[in-house]
Parts: sequence; structure tokens; C-alpha cells
Amino acid sequence: MHYSIFSVLSQAWKGQTGWTPMWREPQPKRAYDAIIVGGGGHGLATAYYLAKNHGVTNVAVLEKGWIGGGNVGRNTTIIRSNYREPGNLPFYEKSLQLWEGLEQDINYNAMVSQRGVLNLFHSDAQRDAFAYRGNAMRLHGVDATLLDREAVRAMVPTLDLDNARFPIHGGLLQKRGGTVRHDAVAWGYARAADRLGVDIIQNCEVTGIRIVAGAVTGVETTRGFIGAKKLGLAAAGNSSRVAAMAGLRLPIESHVLQAFVSEGIKPLVDTVVTFGAGHFYVSQSDKGGLVFGGSLDGYNSYAQRGNLPMVEDVLEEAVAIMPSLSRLRMLRSWGGIMDMSMDGSPIIDKTDITGLYLNCGWCYGGFKATPASGFCFAHTIANDAPHDLNAAYRLDRFATGHLINEGGAGAQPNLH
Amino acid sequence: MRIRCPFCGERSHAEFSYLGDAAPTRPNIGTRATVPDTTLFVDYVYMRDNSPGVMREYWQHVGGCRSWLIVERNVTTHAISNVASAREQVLAATEGEHP
Repeated sequence: MHYSIFSVLSQAWKGQTGWTPMWREPQPKRAYDAIIVGGGGHGLATAYYLAKNHGVTNVAVLEKGWIGGGNVGRNTTIIRSNYREPGNLPFYEKSLQLWEGLEQDINYNAMVSQRGVLNLFHSDAQRDAFAYRGNAMRLHGVDATLLDREAVRAMVPTLDLDNARFPIHGGLLQKRGGTVRHDAVAWGYARAADRLGVDIIQNCEVTGIRIVAGAVTGVETTRGFIGAKKLGLAAAGNSSRVAAMAGLRLPIESHVLQAFVSEGIKPLVDTVVTFGAGHFYVSQSDKGGLVFGGSLDGYNSYAQRGNLPMVEDVLEEAVAIMPSLSRLRMLRSWGGIMDMSMDGSPIIDKTDITGLYLNCGWCYGGFKATPASGFCFAHTIANDAPHDLNAAYRLDRFATGHLINEGGAGAQPNLH
Repeated sequence: MRIRCPFCGERSHAEFSYLGDAAPTRPNIGTRATVPDTTLFVDYVYMRDNSPGVMREYWQHVGGCRSWLIVERNVTTHAISNVASAREQVLAATEGEHP
């Protein structure tokens, strides 16, 4: 069913009785042309672009739980392309451009809201670094505006600009950044892929990868063996576990990142603000809750929950820039498992095993990358060669020295 | 999560800083005459098993005695099964290798 004002009106007339399920629940076939492991944002987007851009429609997405139950439903919904490194900037800008046209493309309301992303700076040195990043962005055709203190004050009056320890000197604004309704991204891509013939198979855990003479022949699952000549892994925090089934060892550690939502309040912040003197970001959801995020807990974890010191840390930072939040009550917190790579940048590449493709290492920047990740991974799988946009996201860059170290933290995944 | 430091007792993990997996060991760089195998170093610096379940990892009690510790922790449940001094374990494991 195509969604439009006419379908809404006609359903209103029929008492909302004619809506059909957004995707089928097919039984797995014996074999597919391509299988994607992982029914999150990246996996579903990959299947969609495989079908749409490359005409590969005999595709299955295998998900061990329900689609969208992993990190695509466990993030702070922010989109932006304010990167600096040459390998990253064009990729994330492509992603932002795909976000801008996404809703028309997949005929689904993902509530893409370009409300701006404002990175605050708190010292002269930090202003220089942000001006450098803003200039790099503009040289790549990405919008960036350096705001002074008064412009920041006018834009976000709730901020404490004169905090004795962290005075706000200004900010780098990307107006085209913003937020997207995260669950709708998974559902929208799933529905769009399904309409092109992709089988979305939930509650189907991959338990083994069958390789014969150096080439993939299919996967063992909890619902039996499914054959495929091409296999794409998009398992986020579980990437190392899935890759180990093919005998691969990855430059990845799994870490937990927490996020928080407050009780709903009237409109307070109409943009995304990030605190430059720590690691904290805040935006307001359409329901009124403030959405907070901070750093990783800092230790390896496969548990989708964090510990209390990071809760305290994030809320201290919240109150440091917005003292008016001190009496706000927190409603919920949750944790997602991040596939932290050794240089803080992702991997979208083919492997030494014929027909095996890898999409991982998203650290905690995976949500904003969803469309471009799917676009590039689909290209890589269909053509058995990377797209120009993901040519730098090679698996062997750690051995060749071509790291993309946006954060400059070195091989310490908990610091990226 | 609380870590029982063998020297200071049980403390919040906020007192500790984290280095990571204790499994990788630095490869022998050999002598001047031999070129070290760089793939061993790539493996040591970048590659990780990253498997769920119990992991041995380095923590330092920076907010206390500043000792380096090896903590055995289940990364899926956060349950800590053993904490020991890293110095004693490493010395015992490498006895005779370093002067």
C-alpha cells in the first residue's frame, strides 16, 4: 500500500480497517542470491539499495531477534556530516544527502528534522580546531557556520555561557544536521525493501557460515541451512562473533554506550547541542523528552546496559551547560553495544573469502551513516568492489597504515 | 560495577582506569640483524578476539594505590570472578625472559 494523503483520508473513511502489514513474514527459501546478516538499519538499508540500485532482489535479511531491536532503536537519533578527514567527509555528506531525500524515496515518514547541530567550543585553541574542521567541511561543499558567543546565546538561550570552569566562546553550527525518528528508519527501509521483493526473516539466528574452497556457500541458522553465493555481515556490536564463524579476527572491540531520556517538557531546545569540554549532547524529542548521550562506559561489554558512574557523568555535564535541567527527572536509560574500531572509523569492504563482505566498526556514529552505509555496502556486494565513497574504509588499512583517525586517539577503542 | 582491589579492598570501578584486553602479548622484536615480522605487530596492536563471556583485562587503580591489576570479568554480565596484581602475574609468566 502506497502511503499518501489519499490513503490516510480513505482509511479514515473506512474506519482504519484497510491497512496492510508493512512487510511480509516469509519462510526462508533454500537459497538466495545474497544474504545480509543483521536486520538493523544498515542491514535493511543494504538490502533496499541492493534491490533498488542494483536489481538484486532475491535477497534475504536474517535477524536473530526482531528488526530494529538493536542499535537502530538504541541511539540518540542525530544526523550530521561535520567530519574532517578526507575518507570520512564525502561519505557522511552522501549520507546526509540521502537522509534529505529518504522519506520520498522509501515512501515513509521518518520524521527527518534538520534542526541543526551546534558544537560548542570553550577555549581559543578549541575555536581554532573547530574553524579548521568547518573550513574542511566547506571545502567539501558541506555547510558549516562558525558562531560567536552572542550568536550562540541568541540561538540557545538556556545555555550557561558564563560557567566559570567551562565558559562558552562560540560554536560550530551545521544547519543541515538534525534528528530522525530512529525506529521509523528500520521500519521504513524494511517496508521499502520488502516491496521490492526482499525477504525479511526475523527470529532467525545465524549459527555458522559455510565456506567451501575459500568461497561462501551459505549460512547455518536456527531455521536450517540457507544457501547464498554472497553474504554481507552487518551485525554491529556482534560483528566479531559473526566474523569468527568465518574464521576472521577483526580490529573491533565491543563497548557499551548509554543514552537517557527525561520526562516530557515544553519546547526548550530546538536544535542539537554538544558540549565541547566533555562528551555530552542533548536534543529534544517530538514528545518533549530531552534526549542525552555521553561517552562510552569505557570497558569492553556485551551487556546492553551500563553502570552508574557514566549516568552521573552525563548528568553533571548536562547541568554544567544547562543549569535549568537540575530538577528535571530522568525517565529511561538504555545501552547499546558499539562495534568500536581501532581508529574510530568504519569498515565496509570485501574479505579474502570469496563472497563474504563486511560492514562494521561504526563506533557510536552508526545511526547517521545508515543510508550511505547501505548504499555503499550494496554497491560493494553487487560489484564485488567498493564504491569511491567507501574506498578508504578498507579492512587492511590497519596493516598498511592508512588509518582514518578522526579522533586522534590511537588504537584505544574506549577513547574514540 | 565494583572491583575488589587486592591492596585497597572493594571500590567503585569509577576509581579505576581501563586499558583493555590482557591477552595480546608484545611480539619479540628480534635482533638488529633480523627484520621483525610486522604482521605479528599488526595483530598485537589492532586485532582482538572480542568474544563474549569471561575476559582478562588490565585496569589501574588510579584513584587508590595506582597498581595495575588483571581483572577477570564476564563482559556479558559484568560479574567479576577474580582480581590480581598484574605485576605478579606478568613476572610469573615471563620469568627468565627479561633480565
